[in-house]
Amino acid sequence: MDVLDLSRWQFGITTVYHFLFVPLTIGLSIIVAGFQTAWHRTGKPAYLRLTKFWGKLFLINFAMGVVTGIVQEFQFGMNWSDYSRFVGDVFGAPLAMEGLMAFFLESTFLGLWIFGWDKLSPRLHLATIWVAAIGTNLSAYFILAANSWMQHPVGYRLNPVTGRAELTDIWAVLTNSTTLVTFPHVIFGAFVTAGAFVAGVSAWHLLRKKDVELFRVSARMAMTVTLVASIGVALSGHWQAQIMTEQQPMKMAAAEALWEDETSAGFSLFAVGDVENGRNHINLQIPYGLSLLSTNTLDGHVEGVNDIQARYEAAYGPGDYKPVVGIAYWSFRLMIGFGMLAALLALAGLWATRRGRLPDNPWFHRLAILGIGLPFLANSMGWIFTEMGRQPWTVFGIMRTAAAVSPGVDVTEVAITLVGFTLVYAVLAVVEIRLLLKFIRIGPDAEGEPGRPTDTVPALSY
Amino acid sequence: MELTTVWFLLIAVLWTGYFVLEGFDFGVGILLPLLGRDESDRRTLVQSIGPVWDGNEVWLIVAGGATFAAFPEWYATLFSGFYLPLFLILLALIVRGVALEYRGKSAGTRGWDRAFFWGSLGPAFLWGVAFANIVRGVPLDADHEYTGSLLTLLNPYALLGGLATLTLFTLHGAVFIRLKTDGELRERAGRLVRVTGLAALVIGGAFLVTTQLTVGKPATWGTVAVAAVAIAGALVATLRGRDGWSFAANTVAIVAVTVTLFASLWPNVMPALDPANSLTVDNAASTSYTLTVMTWVAVIFMPLVLAYQGWTYWVFRRRLTRAPGGS
Repeated sequence: MDVLDLSRWQFGITTVYHFLFVPLTIGLSIIVAGFQTAWHRTGKPAYLRLTKFWGKLFLINFAMGVVTGIVQEFQFGMNWSDYSRFVGDVFGAPLAMEGLMAFFLESTFLGLWIFGWDKLSPRLHLATIWVAAIGTNLSAYFILAANSWMQHPVGYRLNPVTGRAELTDIWAVLTNSTTLVTFPHVIFGAFVTAGAFVAGVSAWHLLRKKDVELFRVSARMAMTVTLVASIGVALSGHWQAQIMTEQQPMKMAAAEALWEDETSAGFSLFAVGDVENGRNHINLQIPYGLSLLSTNTLDGHVEGVNDIQARYEAAYGPGDYKPVVGIAYWSFRLMIGFGMLAALLALAGLWATRRGRLPDNPWFHRLAILGIGLPFLANSMGWIFTEMGRQPWTVFGIMRTAAAVSPGVDVTEVAITLVGFTLVYAVLAVVEIRLLLKFIRIGPDAEGEPGRPTDTVPALSY
Repeated sequence: MELTTVWFLLIAVLWTGYFVLEGFDFGVGILLPLLGRDESDRRTLVQSIGPVWDGNEVWLIVAGGATFAAFPEWYATLFSGFYLPLFLILLALIVRGVALEYRGKSAGTRGWDRAFFWGSLGPAFLWGVAFANIVRGVPLDADHEYTGSLLTLLNPYALLGGLATLTLFTLHGAVFIRLKTDGELRERAGRLVRVTGLAALVIGGAFLVTTQLTVGKPATWGTVAVAAVAIAGALVATLRGRDGWSFAANTVAIVAVTVTLFASLWPNVMPALDPANSLTVDNAASTSYTLTVMTWVAVIFMPLVLAYQGWTYWVFRRRLTRAPGGS
């Protein structure tokens, strides 16, 4: 493996890992704020207990998102210095905005929320969690604007003298059509994730008949969130697919293992292909599915891998413009499949708990617990698809990944950091999961207990 | 004023804010094993920075992001050139952040305390090494790529710089603990202020004087003098029991040190051993359009950030009383 391969592995591992925590943070921040609002409005102690219980799990998860996030920012300069030189004028702006507008807000107000229970008025204290949640969601917007620019560069020009991309219209970057469809897709995905997490943890307690009323409330609330958000994910995903067909037809063609241009193309469910010769041996399809999905018409024209390859060779010169078709094809299907399963599970759960019912069959609960993993798998597959499907480009149409890597960094150095981050991340995953399990087991504090939601030790007074 | 100058100043401000704020966070971590005789002490020390440490660390993330946006060449050369030291800083910040958040939630705290200590000591030293190298100049080729190795960065001057920030931040932590605690913990922190204060004066002084004699400008003798007087002032104020003044004085010292370093850099951002290859505010900068956009963003949001972070310190302004119980 050379520097390029190792750097790509490092980016893949650290990014997928970071994004295990991010969606849960985004979704849970709003759910916790929602419970605290319910407590503030009704004064019911149950809502306070839920606020503190989910708040504690939220904070355990948040810490991991924060520390793995610093690596993300540094990594562009460390492993991808030529990329940074090439795009810094454009790409740095949303990154700096994210820090200045979102990260400061999120971290400062979360500190106030954690330690401010007895320092701030209830109303002001409630405001701090909402501000922190807004900061969290805002940060997703800026980083997705940066990523969308890599998928579909807009608002820039190429300077012929320096050979670099230069920002000409920040507004175009921030309202990139790719950003506008990706942001809701990611945010809805985050709510599916947080909903499945809350539902699964609630099911764990329901299975043990602990705090049944409390966890019935949060389970039903969470499954509603998952179901509604799943519809949002599907609709925004559909919209995204249409934009992708237009902006990155190669990615869409690879996702479908569609080799030649077709009209009235079917949606492939299962294919075994021959990548070398650009054809499929087996291809089970839903007739007209793909045309409908990408163009909203039954007889829409969809481009195939081989034809796009020929067109790109004419446009960009000789080279291989195909991503790894097998990965694009399967990650796309698995993303959709895991997401659909999560939605079905939520629907079944809502049905089983309708009108005060609680299913006796323990398998209902066990499935909900296992279901926690589904959105995490779907999220990871989604990012693997969208990033690997863009290859060989790092910025679509203007910079190849092979040209983006740091020229001054050698194999040993990247190998050291790759192994180092992976090992530390693996250890921290174990620590984090054990801590989550510990606090899930402990369950919510006894009714109406004052104090801060974070620590088990008695609070210090300021 | 030219926009490149504005952004050079803004990045200097961000690093200054980072060193002033996370400086005392680092100091608390470094002093934890020395000052924390029992669990109750250690818990008090960790809680003294509990509400603010994460917001303090964001100054680093914003300094990095702002460098990327305003001086992409500087960001690219610095981060790929100082590869392994930055990797160590990242590892340290990761385990430190997790330790701070998970310590209070775990049954055993010894491992987390170790992570907090090393995760504070490492960056407190390494940031000094990094900045000394930036100021001194490193080997860069015509493409602004760093051509040295890890050993190039570990030269005596840089190591002295590392010791200087290490002692300065440790002193800052001691002064901060004086301000935030009472009773025996405050007494012990006071004794440490004397030791670390003298160390910071000697080592920091040696570092700044060397800087002046090699790359300094006449004007920065002024900031060097301010730094020395401020550290001495922090010492005197602590001896007289004026904790607030002591913390303010040491804050001035850290500001003066950072200003000295950035003023020595100007108009370079990363001087090369061969001056022809140096990165300057002009050849490393983004276009004036990007700088204009970012200036507006900074003009609107920096005052807001300062206001709400300042408010946080106001909310948590009281001294911590020693927690009852503990093991």
